[in-house]
Amino acid sequence: MADMSAIKKKGVTRRRFMGDILKTACGVGLFGLGLGLYSNRASSLPAHYIRPPGALPEDEFNGACIRCGLCVRDCPYDMLYLGEVGQNIPTGTPYFVARKAACEMCEDIPCVAACPTNALDHDLKDINDARMGLAVLVDHETCIAFLGLRCEVCYQICPIKDEAITLELRHNVRSGKHAIFIPVVHSERCTGCGKCEEACILEEAAIKVLPERLAKGELGKHYRLGWEQKERAGGSLVAPDIEHQYNLPEGMKYDHGGEGLIEEGGGNLPFSSNPLDTLNKGGGL
Amino acid sequence: MAIKPFPGKEAVDKKGWLKAYKWLIARRTSQIGILLLFLIGPLAGIWIVKGNLSGSMTLEVLPLTDPFLLLQSMLAGSLPIMNGAIGALIVIVFYAMVGGRVFCSWVCPVNLVTDLAAWLRRRFDLRANSALSRNLRYWLLGLVLLFPLLTGVIVWEYLNPVSMFHRGLIFGMGSAWVIVAAVFFFDLLIAKRGWCGRLCPMGAFYGLLGSGALVRVKAAQRELCDDCMDCFEVCPEPQVIKPALKGADQCIGPVILDINCTNCGRCIDVCAKDVFQFGSRLHNREGLPTSCAEAETREAAVAARD
Repeated sequence: MADMSAIKKKGVTRRRFMGDILKTACGVGLFGLGLGLYSNRASSLPAHYIRPPGALPEDEFNGACIRCGLCVRDCPYDMLYLGEVGQNIPTGTPYFVARKAACEMCEDIPCVAACPTNALDHDLKDINDARMGLAVLVDHETCIAFLGLRCEVCYQICPIKDEAITLELRHNVRSGKHAIFIPVVHSERCTGCGKCEEACILEEAAIKVLPERLAKGELGKHYRLGWEQKERAGGSLVAPDIEHQYNLPEGMKYDHGGEGLIEEGGGNLPFSSNPLDTLNKGGGL
Repeated sequence: MAIKPFPGKEAVDKKGWLKAYKWLIARRTSQIGILLLFLIGPLAGIWIVKGNLSGSMTLEVLPLTDPFLLLQSMLAGSLPIMNGAIGALIVIVFYAMVGGRVFCSWVCPVNLVTDLAAWLRRRFDLRANSALSRNLRYWLLGLVLLFPLLTGVIVWEYLNPVSMFHRGLIFGMGSAWVIVAAVFFFDLLIAKRGWCGRLCPMGAFYGLLGSGALVRVKAAQRELCDDCMDCFEVCPEPQVIKPALKGADQCIGPVILDINCTNCGRCIDVCAKDVFQFGSRLHNREGLPTSCAEAETREAAVAARD
């Protein structure tokens, strides 16, 4: 009988012990689930918040950054900030907003040097290799260069002028006689510093730095560009096309270069090569 | 029933105000001083310490890194650079020597908040206590360390009131006040010493870090104790006192060895009999009756034979 009561007593304590453990584990697990879901939602970085140079890809960055703010302190231009509680950015992580103040691309990259972890990659030695994002001329309707006006502010302010942003000459169809200078961003050189977005003269910048995933398309892996392959191989890789046969009046041939129908051997056309002569003759053809 | 005087009153009467608040004043000076060192840069442009408690740089030469945060970052798969690792090592060695939870009582800004809540509880005699276990913090510690391992993200930093409060004061609060207020009201109304004493995984980590700490509070003159209970009233981790203070009969030495003692020294202040003092963990067996030593040798002999 005494044995029985001892066992019973022991059983109850063990039962209670296990119960307490399970209860705690369950509570902690539920709390963890909530925290995990919250953090998952809070981890996404809105496109207009840009990480400092050398920042790891966002997922890795959120695991490596210890939120000390040393990069913010060592930025000589005071353009980096730490995410505050309630802001739409992982709390305590560094960011900048290009439109407010862009990265000045210091040669010694003090923000990276200050980072006690590799959240800002210490292998980044040349600021021109930084990829904070990619500038994209997002709005062709309001960019005044597209309207035919001379602006070029983004082109002029670009720290890697003529490489990251170039001007492309186009014909102004509207006026028929003017040129348009279109700023064109080249992803292989653009660091995403944001100077162009900061400087854009519009009320809302027409050129914006976006995360690369938003800014770039991607060709199918199987794509081969014929002209590149041809150049690499030193000649056409497929049998050349058969020259197209046109049904033309005798002595005429068709020129693909824009001349149209021409007489073989040249000259002797039924009309002048200058259309004004025809018009000035006064009569019809 | 006579109303019990406010804890520490007897000590003030007996030892004088200054001596009865000595360690509390030292502690507040340390907490606020450290905060000011961080704040004087952004506020006055005098850069002595840059960064925050998660990672800092003092006078451009001394790096300090929070080893708890660095551990989480490493579990997430990221290695620190030399400066970060050295900074963490300095912090680890320091707290391993002086007591891990010295961070909690001498440095952590949240302590100011939870101490205020505890003081209000004493002042207004709010006695209701919660069933939250003091071991819950170790569960949370496990959870906090599991997160970066599984998700690659330092999830605890989305909630951590300690870093949020400190970072907030220096870099901008945002709505971190809400979290600080939550800790305050939790401590005031839901669980006595609830945050620091039951939940905070950072405190749990630092406690474990200092489990072999040399600097310890010691009930050196425990035979003078008159059971006024003032030390238990003011202690943020009252369970740590009992073995050292009352364990003479069970051959327990007078040094408070529990890792959760924060070395705040408040028990030294409030004791009118001057039972407590700062000391080291060494020589804990001295002063125990000889019968204890005999019993121990006997036990050791039995263990050796088995």
